[in-house]
Amino acid sequence: MLRIKRVPTIVSNNQKEEGEESARHGRGCGRNCLNKCCIQGAKFPLYGFKRMNKMINDKDLLSDCNRKPQVAFLDSLLLGEWEDRMQRGLFRYDVTACETKVIPGEYGFIAQLNEGRHLKKRPTEFQVDKVLQPFDGSKFNFMKVGQEEVLFQFEEMDDDEIQFFPNAPIDIENSPSVVAINVSPIEYGHVLLIPRILECLPQRIDHESFLLALHMAAEAGSPYFRLGYNSLGAFATINHLHFQAYYLAVPFPIEKAPTRKLTTFDGGVKISELLNYPVRGLVFEGGNTLQDLSNAVSNSGICLQDNNIPYNVLISDSGKRIFLFPQCYAEKQALGEVSQELLDTQVNPAVWEISGHMVLKRKKDYEEASEENAWKLLAEVSFSEDRFQEVKALILEAIACGNDEKGNVIHSSIEGADGTSQCPKVGAMNKGSNTMLSGKQDCLLLH
Amino acid sequence: MGLGIHRCTEDTRRRTRRRTTKTTMESQLGLIYQSFNARYPTWVRETLDELPNNFTITDPCISGHPIVFASRGFLKMSGYSKDEVIGKNGRIFQGSDTNRRSVMEIREAIREERTIQIKLLNYRKDGTPFWMLFHLSPVFSKEDERVIHFVAVQVPILRKLRRFGAGFGRNGGNSSEDGSRLREVMFGSCRREVCTDSVAEMGCVRVLDAFVEPDNIGSDIEDSCEASDLEKQEAVTAINSILSVMTHYSKLTGRLICGKRCNSSGMGLLGSSLNISLGRIQQSFVLTDPHVPDMPIVYASDAFLRLTGYDRHEVVGYNCGLLNGPDTDAEDIFQIEESVRTEQACTVRILNYRKDKNSFWNLLHLSPVRNASGKVMLLYCLSTYSIII
Repeated sequence: MLRIKRVPTIVSNNQKEEGEESARHGRGCGRNCLNKCCIQGAKFPLYGFKRMNKMINDKDLLSDCNRKPQVAFLDSLLLGEWEDRMQRGLFRYDVTACETKVIPGEYGFIAQLNEGRHLKKRPTEFQVDKVLQPFDGSKFNFMKVGQEEVLFQFEEMDDDEIQFFPNAPIDIENSPSVVAINVSPIEYGHVLLIPRILECLPQRIDHESFLLALHMAAEAGSPYFRLGYNSLGAFATINHLHFQAYYLAVPFPIEKAPTRKLTTFDGGVKISELLNYPVRGLVFEGGNTLQDLSNAVSNSGICLQDNNIPYNVLISDSGKRIFLFPQCYAEKQALGEVSQELLDTQVNPAVWEISGHMVLKRKKDYEEASEENAWKLLAEVSFSEDRFQEVKALILEAIACGNDEKGNVIHSSIEGADGTSQCPKVGAMNKGSNTMLSGKQDCLLLH
Repeated sequence: MGLGIHRCTEDTRRRTRRRTTKTTMESQLGLIYQSFNARYPTWVRETLDELPNNFTITDPCISGHPIVFASRGFLKMSGYSKDEVIGKNGRIFQGSDTNRRSVMEIREAIREERTIQIKLLNYRKDGTPFWMLFHLSPVFSKEDERVIHFVAVQVPILRKLRRFGAGFGRNGGNSSEDGSRLREVMFGSCRREVCTDSVAEMGCVRVLDAFVEPDNIGSDIEDSCEASDLEKQEAVTAINSILSVMTHYSKLTGRLICGKRCNSSGMGLLGSSLNISLGRIQQSFVLTDPHVPDMPIVYASDAFLRLTGYDRHEVVGYNCGLLNGPDTDAEDIFQIEESVRTEQACTVRILNYRKDKNSFWNLLHLSPVRNASGKVMLLYCLSTYSIII
């Protein structure tokens, strides 16, 4: 049941600055977090989705049409629990009170005036020129959040139908994946999907986690509920593996962009290139199974990670269309190549901004928002044509290699070992370099 | 808050599921049947079936936006039977090679309640894909300007043949050029002789088939064709005939329809998709527009209609005051008016009357609904039937 309410902003105990917290006696550290100190006996709802062995063919829905699942995943569980946390005052500000508009133009960029997020969002705590960095328990990570921020556990079950348990104890041995609120939301229903939270994985894509994200998009089943991923260096702010998701009932500009088909791989995955869009990127669709589609994207992501190329991923159309774009805005910022005008907007172009949902911090920018301005900003984020073609070649080869090992999904959760170890890397990683350029020796900096 | 779902045994689950499935299906089919019968005399279906075109009619107000009518031509084209199609959503005809962006464009057109004409790859029951020109048009109710149906026409697009086989052009490089010129001439003359009858066109193509090798359908299905002007015209003509039939028959029941929104008053406030979402809320409530002088009801839930005994058209467009009666306390009415004026939420227990003049205590909760810039757009009035102990 969807309600619209104005909520006063109350900052919960867990969000106060670190210095203010006093050590409390009693259970655990007193903060009711997810670490060993407090996690024992914690219970959350558990949504068990069923393994999708083949791509859900819309034809199959013919027989399934009238069978309704026990729990409406998106409406009742996710959004319902999100609204509950809103009522409890767990968000730093009321995002539903933020002015939003669709900018007139061909693509319909979406602008939101959100002063609160800028002021109250956690600052980034790690260097922005390395895509792969080890997990650091001392920095902020999701083990430190309060249990009340967790909405439910999200797991695959070997059942032939969806299972739901309103109050399941957390299985510490089999580190579950959870969905939690994003306390600095940019939209209604803004949540975080944290795969295998207790394993403290750093922010890097691996096959299993990406497949989980795709499953979540498919379970939600709404083209307006999208998932996004930011690598380190592409404006991820926390180095603990997570995907973001929220609900916005308008088409995103990037979804409207025309594409040019490049190729179809063995697993039936079709790869296209974005055309007529300020940021160059690839689009992944199709696949004989959800896993085929997932692997194509995760192999690409892993390839980019290993070559120290920052990138973002947008999962849209209920998991049927996935956008991948390498970016170099942080690099340009570091080299002082971004105009002061753009820097003043303080927009950090992460996956949502690149997709066309621009969160603006200054009223001036919001009022003067235009398709032209949005385009100008995003054009700075994009790889140049030449660089992009190189990266594209890199990716296509990585996927082709990855397909040979169809049966073996390598766990990339172990530090140092990853899925591309068996695939010859094109160009060596620039170790010791302070810039994140693609692996070629002659450090191409073409713009 | 919490989701009160308890894990029960496998058996009970199966039994309950079967029972609910049956009831859900029955009530769904009931709604589908009503979709047409409430608006048009029953024999409209026969008349529509006499039209030669391929088309479907869908109802966006029913959950799932199902097909409520499918023409004979459509069923023949798609290979499905009527029972396999009625009640299903149009997406069942899509498949792995259907362009997702096109699907998105159609979805947006539905949400924005406008016409769209777009080429689309669909799949028959036997799994074979085919290109068609998809033309979608909304049907509005004249009285409250809500979208009540969508009409979708599907004109098959003939695939342009790519190359000639052994019969022609052994001259290597030039052959394809000659071939295409020749092909164009043949197609050209075909088109001139044929009017809007797509069957005759198909016949023409078959004649050509004798001279040319069939194309490889497998790869590169993507950009293989564009709709011709003829096909586009056929789509428009079809839509017009269908709408004309429906308009004519709607006059017989007095529930008039039209193909366009007649005037854009505040009635168009609620888009089709919002209507659809609201339809899923199980409670008894209405939404009113505080900006229009008489503060009319712009949406009434099914539960509200059941509670009060009114039909939708007796309530939408009228002020909530229609529920008040001789014994309704003026104080309560005043309290409601004050809250509306000050844009505050309020809860009031007020004596209301059903259509049959029986009174009931209505625990009424009023809330302002604001838009993205904080301006009040609508008022949400939730009714709970309260029993005095």
